[in-house]
Amino acid sequence: MEEINALFHGFSVALTPFNLMLMVIGVVLGVLIGVLPGLGGANGIAILLPLTFTMPPTSAVIMLSCIYWGALFGGAITSILFNIPGEPWSVATTFDGYPMAQQGKAGEALTTAFTSSFIGAFFAVVMITFLAPLVAKFALKFGPPEFFSVFFLTFCSFIGMGKEPPFKIVAAMMLGFALAAVGIDTVTGQLRLIFGWHELMRGFDFLIAVIGLFGIGEILLSMEEGLSFQGRTAKINMRIVIETWKKLPKYWLTSLRSCIIGCWMGITPGGATPASFMSYGVAKRMSPDGAKFGTGMPEGIVAPETAAHAAGTAALLPMLSLGIPGSPTAAVLLGGLLIWGLQPGPLLFVEQKDFVWGLIASMYLGNIVGLIIVLTCVPLFAAILRIPFSIVAPVIIVICAIGAFTVNNAMLDIWFMLLFGVMGYAFKKLSYPLAPLVLALVLGDQAEDAFRQSMLISQGDVRVFFSNGLVGSIMGLGLLMLVWPLIGKLKAALRNSAA
Amino acid sequence: MEDKQVSGEVVSSGISVRAAEIAVAVFLLILGGLVMYDSVRLGFRWVGDGPEAGYFPFYIAVFICVSSLGVLGQVFFGKGRGVHKVFVEWEQLKLVLSVLIPAAVFVFGIQMVGIYVASVAYIAFFMVWLGKYTWIKSVVLGIAVSVATFMMFEIWFKVPLFKGAFNPLSIFGY
Repeated sequence: MEEINALFHGFSVALTPFNLMLMVIGVVLGVLIGVLPGLGGANGIAILLPLTFTMPPTSAVIMLSCIYWGALFGGAITSILFNIPGEPWSVATTFDGYPMAQQGKAGEALTTAFTSSFIGAFFAVVMITFLAPLVAKFALKFGPPEFFSVFFLTFCSFIGMGKEPPFKIVAAMMLGFALAAVGIDTVTGQLRLIFGWHELMRGFDFLIAVIGLFGIGEILLSMEEGLSFQGRTAKINMRIVIETWKKLPKYWLTSLRSCIIGCWMGITPGGATPASFMSYGVAKRMSPDGAKFGTGMPEGIVAPETAAHAAGTAALLPMLSLGIPGSPTAAVLLGGLLIWGLQPGPLLFVEQKDFVWGLIASMYLGNIVGLIIVLTCVPLFAAILRIPFSIVAPVIIVICAIGAFTVNNAMLDIWFMLLFGVMGYAFKKLSYPLAPLVLALVLGDQAEDAFRQSMLISQGDVRVFFSNGLVGSIMGLGLLMLVWPLIGKLKAALRNSAA
Repeated sequence: MEDKQVSGEVVSSGISVRAAEIAVAVFLLILGGLVMYDSVRLGFRWVGDGPEAGYFPFYIAVFICVSSLGVLGQVFFGKGRGVHKVFVEWEQLKLVLSVLIPAAVFVFGIQMVGIYVASVAYIAFFMVWLGKYTWIKSVVLGIAVSVATFMMFEIWFKVPLFKGAFNPLSIFGY
């Protein structure tokens, strides 16, 4: 019951008029970011991060996390109306959402998407409420070897679960590590990989990489298509909403399954994008209507949307309790916490009760606010998409440049942003995954520090990573993830030879 | 570097996936080599109390090189190596470059005259050139966006943005 008390205390922190106003602003900005091609949750928050420096940390994180909820909601709008996923995690939503819109059921599809998102997020928030303190207590036992093992598991799960060619996943991830290593080595103080170029001393900030890879890269990609938006008007009124709600309960099993997949993928940093795909795939396999998926089945919207939101929300759990972001956006929020002087990790729950529970309470409120806003504002957001690309594109690039500059007040970073943009374009087209790159860039230094600290403790003995049950089992799980694709292939080979 | 335009006769309708794969893999290979070179300078051995500063970068570089060689191997010897797929058609590349080159000029502009002034010019140019809007409309919109960001950053949030080597806004006292 301790959690319930803490939660109500959190509500009292979050429910000030100022914070509520920030929530509304955050959700609206977030939906806007989600709708606009080229702006995503991660770089949207990255751009807006400097604006929150003057606010108290609790209000700042409430606003930023509401931007995140908004972006999660917003991604679905363009997927359904225009077949353009505003966010990578809403790609799977296009499979059944766009056909539904073409059949004139856009309102139904949007209501289904928003409601599923809400349910997924809500499930994950409830889980965070009751699990976060537990995970935090558990995490207090963590030393450098344990932290390294968690990083190890994260990296391995990316290699094991990615759809991309394994060589490319490794190359992208290692490139992230290499970029993270640039600058001052935290253990010895030596300058690494700067080749006498002293401006490189502060290293590559992952925000620059995110803005370039995702923001600029996406614009270049959209430009290729010549981008002709075909605006479809979406009528959404209370009657359609209520009628859709009446139909939704029969998908409860899909919903529950998607929630669980989402939470699991959010905590082990798989993230919202793989969660949505995995959930869609599982639903297709398990549903009696599986064969009709892709022709406009509401169930095909329920599955990816629920999982994406559950994952997006659950990703905040490891960020708060372990200091390990479960998604690129959570990584940006983590950066924010550090800037506000808060050290994420187990001690946060002891030292910053107001902050943590205020944030958790704001997740409940933010999602409700989000649902109401998106249901009422769809026609408005659809109107934004009728603004021609030749106006939207330069404005987005200007915003990206501002975002890149504000990170370190460095002109050079804007050039790097452009470079990362070209890289993002080429990488995306050649299916080099960007997520492991960004994750390695964010976690690379920390993982290396944890490893080298462990080595200092154990005097260079790598067996420290298997010295107790906890660290040993996490490492074991990581190794299992690493060889998982091989096991799958082996199984298939055995089955073939048996048949 | 992937957008290198090959001059001469246009045999295919664009840059092939194969060429792009090779370009990116070679780029990664060179990068890996650079990282390896610096790691050796820093020391990449395992000493008594664990790895030296260059230890991880060295093996990261090894992985980068191995995986890019792996990609190259698949391009040259893998399945479907004969299949000719187009990475980007010339027409598409033209469109992409029509965004990329002005964007590079824009960044150079920021360096010279700062974010605000460069943004006005960039947005206006983009609208006129690609959107076929009238000059007046475009310049007005560009100024509107710049003024809005100026109000937000310099006045409301007190975050100064880059004003360039030749700060034109200095006449207004900024």
